[in-house]
Amino acid sequence: MKLELRGITKRFGSLTANDHISLTVEPGEIHCILGENGAGKSTLMNVLYGLLPADEGEILLDDEVQHFEGPGEAMKAGIGMVHQHFMLIPVFTVAENVMLGHESTGFAGFLNLNEARKRVREISAQFGFDVDPDALIEDLPVGVQQRVEIIKALSRDAKVLVFDEPTAVLTPQETDELMTIMRQLRDAGTAIVFITHKLREVREVADRITVMRLGKVVGEASPTASNAELASLMVGRSVELTVQKQAARPGDPALQVRGLTVIDHIGQLVVNDVSFEVRAGEILAIAGVQGNGQTELTEALLGLQQHVEGEIELDGNPLSGLSVRNVLDAGVGFIPEDRNEDGLVAEFSIAENLMLDRSDSAPFVKGGTLQLGFRSTFAAEKVSEFDVRTQSIDTAVGTLSGGNQQKVVLARELSRDLRLLVAAQPTRGLDVGSIEFVHKRIVQARDSGIPVIVVSTELDEVDALADRIAVMYRGGIVGIVPGGTDRETLGIMMAGEQPDDPNGPAPDPHDDEGRSGTRGEAA
Amino acid sequence: MTTTTDHTIPDAAPIVLEKTVVKSWKTPITLSIVALLSIVLFIVFRRGGDTTFTFAGGRIAPSLPQLVVPTTLTCVILTTLLAAMAALSWWLLARFAKVPLWYSSVFAFIFVVAFLTWAAGDNSRPLPITSLLLGAVSLSVPYIFGALGGVISERSGVVNIAIEGQLLAGAFLAAVVASMTGSVWLGLVAAVVAGVLVSFILAAFAIKYYVDQVIVGVVINVLVLGLTNFFYSQVLAKDASFLNDPPLLPSLPIPGLSAIPVIGPVLFDQSIIVYLMYIAVAAVYIGLFHTRWGLRLRSVGEHPQAADTVGINVTGTRFWNVSLAGAIVGLGGAYFTLGSVGSFSEDMTGGQGYIALAAVIFGRWDPIRATLAALLFGFASNLQYTLAAVGSPVPSEFLLMLPYVVTILAVAGFVGYVRGPAASGKPYIKS
Ligand SMILES: Nc1ncnc2c1ncn2[C@@H]1O[C@H](COP(=O)(O)OP(=O)(O)OP(=O)(O)O)[C@@H](O)[C@H]1O
Ligand SMILES: [Mg+2]
Repeated sequence: MKLELRGITKRFGSLTANDHISLTVEPGEIHCILGENGAGKSTLMNVLYGLLPADEGEILLDDEVQHFEGPGEAMKAGIGMVHQHFMLIPVFTVAENVMLGHESTGFAGFLNLNEARKRVREISAQFGFDVDPDALIEDLPVGVQQRVEIIKALSRDAKVLVFDEPTAVLTPQETDELMTIMRQLRDAGTAIVFITHKLREVREVADRITVMRLGKVVGEASPTASNAELASLMVGRSVELTVQKQAARPGDPALQVRGLTVIDHIGQLVVNDVSFEVRAGEILAIAGVQGNGQTELTEALLGLQQHVEGEIELDGNPLSGLSVRNVLDAGVGFIPEDRNEDGLVAEFSIAENLMLDRSDSAPFVKGGTLQLGFRSTFAAEKVSEFDVRTQSIDTAVGTLSGGNQQKVVLARELSRDLRLLVAAQPTRGLDVGSIEFVHKRIVQARDSGIPVIVVSTELDEVDALADRIAVMYRGGIVGIVPGGTDRETLGIMMAGEQPDDPNGPAPDPHDDEGRSGTRGEAA
Repeated sequence: MTTTTDHTIPDAAPIVLEKTVVKSWKTPITLSIVALLSIVLFIVFRRGGDTTFTFAGGRIAPSLPQLVVPTTLTCVILTTLLAAMAALSWWLLARFAKVPLWYSSVFAFIFVVAFLTWAAGDNSRPLPITSLLLGAVSLSVPYIFGALGGVISERSGVVNIAIEGQLLAGAFLAAVVASMTGSVWLGLVAAVVAGVLVSFILAAFAIKYYVDQVIVGVVINVLVLGLTNFFYSQVLAKDASFLNDPPLLPSLPIPGLSAIPVIGPVLFDQSIIVYLMYIAVAAVYIGLFHTRWGLRLRSVGEHPQAADTVGINVTGTRFWNVSLAGAIVGLGGAYFTLGSVGSFSEDMTGGQGYIALAAVIFGRWDPIRATLAALLFGFASNLQYTLAAVGSPVPSEFLLMLPYVVTILAVAGFVGYVRGPAASGKPYIKS
């Protein structure tokens, strides 16, 4: 089906999120939309899907003007969508979420759950996903939730499919599978809109590329354009795709973890007897396929896990057993993997979110009262420093674009006086310009002499930041190798096997114009 | 750039982890505290003499012989049993992963028997078990209807404080219509209509105009109370024989089942409204968890936006389910006037809607658990009347307090993690 948007305009108060946007997606075409965080991509898609009413403009399917009252009608017309902010019901199982809205039922409306389970299995098999149809969504890590969201959209045979940042938390292999599926669907005549910040994906599958900035379409790009060209078109300036960093000057061991074991609520050893240390002034990257214990490891460091054994010491003082408050007071900065769940209060304003973990002492609170003046100055400063695209510091965080929400979390954690920084997927959902900035800030934190842990499933990011790399597999650490270790070796380790020669950082055969460029000479 | 990824990177294959057992010591701790309490109550403050239990039959079921037991000895034996079971539960947990539910249930049953033996000891009048249970079921009927309505409404995302008002409106209209027409059946229909009408007010303000649901609910309760009081004193009282003298629902004994001693008269020699209640409990349970209706209802109560994105009409789903809840609660209201008392009187629900609400929470928003909670509350209320009648030393205020204490313990996490529907109480506002 052919999709055409004509002069779509959407305003939120005085902010024009979409300014007369026109876009055509032909059947059998993958149309990528590129744009900075807050450019208005998701807003445009939500208008298309009937979630937001447009102020002006019209939507045409096969040259017929549509009037969608709500998502239900858009769906009936053949539009499907993978939402950036997952639309999954936490207390339902995977199968229930996938069937919701088009349930197959038997006598008297009885649910046919087996049918739904089968559908989930079929689609996951097609992708090489492993998703248990009976798992509760709330028990699943974000990476798996993303897969469920994709399965949900695919289970409905849409004629126009929108993918809003579906790959932010997928493994490279899954991303490849997804792109294969997208190509198959395209060849079968589906019109596909694909939004992503990862330039390599764009160049790989896009038939056409539209670039948006500040709510407007600023041009089309050719899929053969280089990363640098795409990046500068998007951000409006040239972007350094590789972080310049000095070699680390590691000091004494600052964080020491010995025999750490984390047991989840059903008794699994999600982190299994893990020991490592991080020196002051070095970045330890934790690599591994999502769901191998990285999340729980970082949560255990912060005191968020219930059943934890083993010792954690920071600068010689024990962290294990402390309350989260005390861990934070000990100077631990934490960027959680799931910002909506653990990082932000959606209904609170930006200014409030920026002081969220410092609400009990100066400078934000004095004598039991909030220092509103200080808070405003502080928030204004951070918003401009971190380039949070917002109308004001009093905007509710929930209405910010995905990438800008992430920036608020980063701004809060990086502006504290830290003794340790734990960052899980710090650049999830950020545009290339923001990634550049955040990487610089993380390196800056390292150079100020604190230990840094970066958890990332993105090898590019591991490569760009790590002084040393610990690879996790099934809750344990397979090995710790120097930064710059080649991807082949890391890949082997991520599958749980010991590489033949863990000490020899071979040159990276996959180094190319992608953003994998930098390596420290930390090895 | 041609190659994009390393295919050496493993796929998200099933991650198999080592397992261990995480134990919760809550059950043994609770059992031990209760056992300790029993020792203090039943042994330290022991009572002498004999305790007599009677098991009267019904119109169809035969009576069982009465049971006379020595109070002190029985209490000591039962308390010892409780203490042993509490001790054994520690061992069970150490040995196996958890203490089974049936174990706790048996424990609770023994405790109740011990309590009754103790409370009716010292040669007081005999304790009539059949009427104790029958009364418990009767008192539970409005609680159960109310709780079912509460479960449906809250599961769809609308807090239903108005249960009290719906019960009262149902009781009132049922009495008036049945009395005027002389037909109990029309009375039942009228009760349903009354409940739905009250729901409309709740739905309109809460869903359409986004008014705080708790406030709307409280206002509705006050409104219904005021209106029924007004009509009662100004209209019904003037011509009570025409307006407030409804026929009672006839008892319909179920052949066979009603002949079982004790259980027969308690459960199977009841009026239609009680049988409708049995059906409603089962239907709501099955409907909620096994049908499309239930899946959609729960989805709008948990995450309305997600439901919206798959084409479910959130506002409509909420509206109709709140109305359905009103219909069920209204029917429960009819039990006051057509099932037990036989006429309407001022404020005759007397806050029972709030106890139903407590049952919803204690029952963790599950129709079966909420029904059990309602039965427990009904039992506690009736125990107070029965014990007062046999001349027991237990202060009646203590037993009256029981439902609320139990609910507070439940909400404080004693029955496990209690969590309501995520979007309950939150209006769905589309931008
Ligand atoms: N419901 C809302 N109310 C007010 N402002 C909103 C709302 N939704 C979005 N916005 C604003 O509209 C702008 C565009 O947001 P949008 O989510 O479309 O960006 P995006 O291009 O998808 O960015 P990202 O790449 O970070 O996901 C942002 O400035 C955002 O703050
Ligand atoms: Mg977006």
